[in-house]
Amino acid sequence: MSGNIKLMQGNEACAEGAIKAGCRFFAGYPITPSSEVAEILARRLPQVGGKFIQMEDEIASMAAVCGASLAGVKSMTATSGPGFSLKQENLGYASFTEIPCVVVNVMRGGPSTGSPTSPAQGDVMQARWGTHGDHPIIVLSCSSVKDMYELTIRSFNLSERFRVPVILLSDEIVAHMRERVDVGALESLEIFNRVKPACPPEEYQPYEASPETDVPPMANFGEGYRYHITGLTHDESGFTTQKPHKVAELHERLHRKIENHKDEIIETRNYYLDDAQIAVFAYGSTARSALRAVREARNRGIKAGLIQPVTIWPFPDDLVHQVASQVDAFIVPEMNLGMMVREVERAAHGQAEVIGQSLVTWELFTPAQVLSKIEEVFNWITSGSTSDSKPSRTSGALAAATE
Amino acid sequence: MTNDRYEIRLSGSGGQGLILAGIILAEAAAIYEGKEAVQTQSYGPESRGGASKSEVVISGSEIDYPKVTSPDLLLAMTQESCTKYLGDLKEGGIAILDSFFVEKWPDNANVIALPLTTIAKEVTGKTIVANIVAVGAIVALSGIVSKESIEKAVLARVPKGTEEMNLKALQAGFEAVANH
Repeated sequence: MSGNIKLMQGNEACAEGAIKAGCRFFAGYPITPSSEVAEILARRLPQVGGKFIQMEDEIASMAAVCGASLAGVKSMTATSGPGFSLKQENLGYASFTEIPCVVVNVMRGGPSTGSPTSPAQGDVMQARWGTHGDHPIIVLSCSSVKDMYELTIRSFNLSERFRVPVILLSDEIVAHMRERVDVGALESLEIFNRVKPACPPEEYQPYEASPETDVPPMANFGEGYRYHITGLTHDESGFTTQKPHKVAELHERLHRKIENHKDEIIETRNYYLDDAQIAVFAYGSTARSALRAVREARNRGIKAGLIQPVTIWPFPDDLVHQVASQVDAFIVPEMNLGMMVREVERAAHGQAEVIGQSLVTWELFTPAQVLSKIEEVFNWITSGSTSDSKPSRTSGALAAATE
Repeated sequence: MTNDRYEIRLSGSGGQGLILAGIILAEAAAIYEGKEAVQTQSYGPESRGGASKSEVVISGSEIDYPKVTSPDLLLAMTQESCTKYLGDLKEGGIAILDSFFVEKWPDNANVIALPLTTIAKEVTGKTIVANIVAVGAIVALSGIVSKESIEKAVLARVPKGTEEMNLKALQAGFEAVANH
């Protein structure tokens, strides 16, 4: 039909999206189920003048990504589970020293070596808090092959715009799935590049930002702007400081540059919320099971809706708060023992019931499983929502695992 | 749920080419017929010999849930996969069994036993194209894509130098159904 229609794998879409975004450096250590990103970029990057390095481990790969980005090249790595744990130290360094970079984490069953060929969603809190200290970070979540292309580009754009590491979460289902993608329709996506200093090198203060943006212009190493960069707490000059007001100033600015631009960063997909009585909150591949379940619930006369956060950190507090004033209950299905459900509960401010649903068989939720939870919660609400019969995250007819 | 959604499950063991068969079916639908298509898979840590499953969903409209719950068409190329998945078959669905590997199955009008691996060996001299024989049989029975589309999809995916052998295998799949 069209030369631009492809059946692409999720990891392949991620690699091609990275190239489209202008990524020209990848350092990593292959790990299932993310390995195809590295494999494809090892072939593709040299074709576009980029570099690929397989490092000795994940700690070194993350360090190499930081170095390449400081030298002015859009850089990324891709990993999973145990590898993501190893990225954390230098992710903190990138966050604190404001190095734009993208880290793709294809979630598999954990903890530890876990289940390498199976999907899970157990890293959503680690993505926010995996590195120590009160650090800024942006985390996006993919639910389709198209997402893996488009959101890889968006991750680069956000990282360049806010000088912050962006973590792109996927999972084994989305990463290994092949799906029809109209690549031609994605050609026109906008690309953002970091803002460079307008002043001469001798006047450059590497961490001085205007109050409007809170993001300092970034000079690339090797272009004549000599400056100091350290993981120690620093002032505008980039040198270390212990002056209490300077320490606080830095932390407040790093927090503000995300907090004050949440409208630009947060993206959600909202389905059938207008008259919803029950809102399902689901991300990643789970959102696809949930969407089918919500449609089926509507067919059965239950007014259900779906919030699918594309940005999971910062968390879409305002939307959840607003929807909480309208619905009777939220249901939060997740392939973990209950993580984002706590955020929904926090943002709902007690204005709606919040019920989790856990699946830790490391299989994708079936629509029937989510639908049975919607029906259970619907019946509970219509029978008066008594607290002693409140559905729990493990209650109800969770269909048995296939084996 | 949506009526035009068609679910295919290809099951057997690692090394039988089930994932490639799924990709070819999905590409025939997505690239050559302009339909929506999703292919997923599950497999164990071993690349050969372990259980392997590849699934394809084809639809005229957006596909939300990407996996197969009750297949319209099931391919089973081992006894184990036949025993495990035959019960999932949708009412009115079709099961194709490779009778070279599958010895026992319930007497059911919807079950079509074809010696796929034997046919592959007879027609091309190699058992490795049994997956393509299966693809031919699937398309012949389901009509989910045209013969022309599946031929294009096979040719676009198989290694150079094996085109003729694969087209023979595909044709043998069509004929096996016609002669059944």
